[in-house]
Amino acid sequence: MTDDETAPAADTQPISLDLLVILRHPPHGSSWLREGVDVALVAAAFGQAVGLLFQGDGVFALVEGQGAGPLGQKGTHAQLAMLEMYDIERLWVSASALRARGLTLADLALPALALEADEIDHLVHAQPRTLLF
Amino acid sequence: MIDRPYDVLSYALLVHAAPYSEQGALSALRFAQAAVAQGHRVSSVFFYRDGVHNASMLMAPPQDEVHLAEGWRSLAQEHGTELLVCVAAGLRRGLMSAEESARHGREAHNVEPPFVLTGLGQLVDAMLGNDRVITFAP
Repeated sequence: MTDDETAPAADTQPISLDLLVILRHPPHGSSWLREGVDVALVAAAFGQAVGLLFQGDGVFALVEGQGAGPLGQKGTHAQLAMLEMYDIERLWVSASALRARGLTLADLALPALALEADEIDHLVHAQPRTLLF
Repeated sequence: MIDRPYDVLSYALLVHAAPYSEQGALSALRFAQAAVAQGHRVSSVFFYRDGVHNASMLMAPPQDEVHLAEGWRSLAQEHGTELLVCVAAGLRRGLMSAEESARHGREAHNVEPPFVLTGLGQLVDAMLGNDRVITFAP
């Protein structure tokens, strides 16, 4: 689909951050995503260079409108709105997870870079520390 | 990371798994015990999400099952492992030290040393200060 657009030259040698937080759970229905983003925010507040990788149902967190809903839980919108303030600007999203859910980058409320599976492999292997939520 | 043989590593563990509900809690304890038995160092265990329930001093499993909280306590006493419990995850799940209990006007508490309620900053420190961080999730 957009393979050519999703592999900019800058990403052939992935950046090495202090911490990569991988978010694989949906923004509603459990606290996995919220408590994962909490770790990212605190690490950034402690001066660490932090990036987020959204995989699986985690990509839904990037779609507009993930505030409190009928489930009576907080949602993730307020937290993701704080990412910029905490200088967390490196956001990656699984291209295949987007495709499987009928989403494109245009559907996302925050600027993220879509990565194919081999690029995700390179990204994760370039990080000294990775936490999975 | 100095003054030790090159093949000895320092570990931090991150435990998301609830005691008895999930294998991850017991696996984390067994990993820690195996690591120190082989001469490695487990400097801290950070309990997050449902893993905070590992810190309850009211835990009372049947006698033919491993007592997880006792196991963690022994690890701390014998090997100096820090037992760190995320305060935000703990408070909302009913894990309280005497200090937090007083602060919240409660009449009971269920977290005592060597378990310590602390912030996520300690998890960041643990990640930076050890050779490896191992996550035990459900």
